[in-house]
Amino acid sequence: MPLSKDRQALILFLILLIGILSFWELGVNLKLFSPLMPSASQTLKDFWGWISDPFFDDGPNDKGIGWHVLVSLRRVSIGFLIGSAIAIPLGILIGLSDVLSKAVDPYIQILKPVSPLAWLPIGLGLLKDSERTALFVIAIASVWPTLINTKLGVSSVDPVYRDIARSLGASKWRTIWKVILPAAAPNIVAGLRISIGIAWLVIVAAEILVGGTGIGYFIWNEWNNLKITSIITAIVVVGLVGLLLDRMFGLLQTWVSFGQKT
Amino acid sequence: MQPSNYISSPRTLTHLSLEKISKVYPGRQEWFDHLSRRSSSDFVAIADINLDIAFNTFVSIIGPSGCGKSTLLNLIAGLSQPTSGSILLNGEPVRGPGPDRGIVFQSYALMPWMTVTENIRFAVETVYPKLSLTEQKRIVHEYINLVGLRGSESKHPHELSGGMKQRVGIARALAINPQILLMDEPLGALDALTRGFLQDEIIRIWEQQRKTVVLITHSIEEALLLSDKIAIMTRGPAARIAEVLDVSFPRPRQRESLVQYPGYTELKAKLERHLYQETRVVEESSIRTRIHG
Repeated sequence: MPLSKDRQALILFLILLIGILSFWELGVNLKLFSPLMPSASQTLKDFWGWISDPFFDDGPNDKGIGWHVLVSLRRVSIGFLIGSAIAIPLGILIGLSDVLSKAVDPYIQILKPVSPLAWLPIGLGLLKDSERTALFVIAIASVWPTLINTKLGVSSVDPVYRDIARSLGASKWRTIWKVILPAAAPNIVAGLRISIGIAWLVIVAAEILVGGTGIGYFIWNEWNNLKITSIITAIVVVGLVGLLLDRMFGLLQTWVSFGQKT
Repeated sequence: MQPSNYISSPRTLTHLSLEKISKVYPGRQEWFDHLSRRSSSDFVAIADINLDIAFNTFVSIIGPSGCGKSTLLNLIAGLSQPTSGSILLNGEPVRGPGPDRGIVFQSYALMPWMTVTENIRFAVETVYPKLSLTEQKRIVHEYINLVGLRGSESKHPHELSGGMKQRVGIARALAINPQILLMDEPLGALDALTRGFLQDEIIRIWEQQRKTVVLITHSIEEALLLSDKIAIMTRGPAARIAEVLDVSFPRPRQRESLVQYPGYTELKAKLERHLYQETRVVEESSIRTRIHG
């Protein structure tokens, strides 16, 4: 009996996993890689060690990986909220006005491709505080996709909805709140989804640079201890948390779409 | 009941009056348009349209496709302004959109994030913000019943068939108790059977309120079944009203027996002759431009 495509993919996934792990294990045993490289079995063992007890606390430099993830998540959440609180209203404003949109567009186009980390020294200089600088960098990272998507969503609201609101004599506020925002919601959430992804990407680098706490700091600290297994553990954990964040916003996207195309 | 919008003693029997209405879409005529070879000449969509619509009459505007029927309806709705001429509602000029005119769109234009109830509630709440919540709910309920949507109140538009969506559209337009109902090819996107069924529903609903209605359609049968008067438009550009026909079959009408009324066949033949002739010219000219263009 032929296997279903899902089943085939699962089997292939497992074959690949076993293949990678065996190659890794064999390569280390045969000394094919740098002597720094830990074996797969050792990595899995250490990985399990970190994962099975994520919240131990043995002093400031010896905390479970769960604490670091929570600190990073907190920073990303606050920075993301600040960034979104700027991006969404601004996006609505420029989405509603063609003139404003054209006037502001060059600024957005120039600033958008810049790595948010380039702002880090400015943040340090202005805020003179590493924690707030991290939030500042995350906020800037979260602004652009949300801003651009909000603008797009607002300016592409089906004009017939606005006609309805106008023909009923709805006020500007009521039209924005009850018609334009919900109509643009799928696009706005799509922007938020990209933003949270970028924010989560950037937090690791920001914490490596700013130091102190967080998963980025953890990676840097373990590098200084030459504990490669911990770094690999952190990479997998960062990936899983990022996946989870993306899925959450994916759900939110479906929830605000109501059969509209996204 | 809601406060009646009907004027008790109208000075005139004319409810809606179109006086020498023209709509011109300006072309690109500035010097940089010429420079970039993107200039275009003005487009006269409709020209010099005169039409008087009496109180409580059902008027259909029929014409070949692309003749500017919808442009005309948007002007009456106040969603766009005529280039010249004036539109009078109860003798007062129309300056913009307003809830004294309820609109039914061909694309239904229901808010996809609102349920059936919420879509109608949104309209009622916007037009009558001072009405108590219970009163608003009562009105919404009344119109859901009127259009036969009981049981679907909490469904979202994507869960409804085209016919049901347009029932919501009609309920929303009527729930604000407008003086005039404007319908822009409301059944144009529906299949033939649903269309026939909804035409019967429109007859039933209209018999209850007998509001002034302006219906844009390109279906001759639909116009004959529903209207008191049919205004025939010529082809665009610069479309005008060629003729206004009286449709004096007795009401309430039944689609099955309509054919038997004296004059039906003649009226239908007349409409067909006009529309086919106009359509043929439009089609032939579009073929010609495609060959030479």
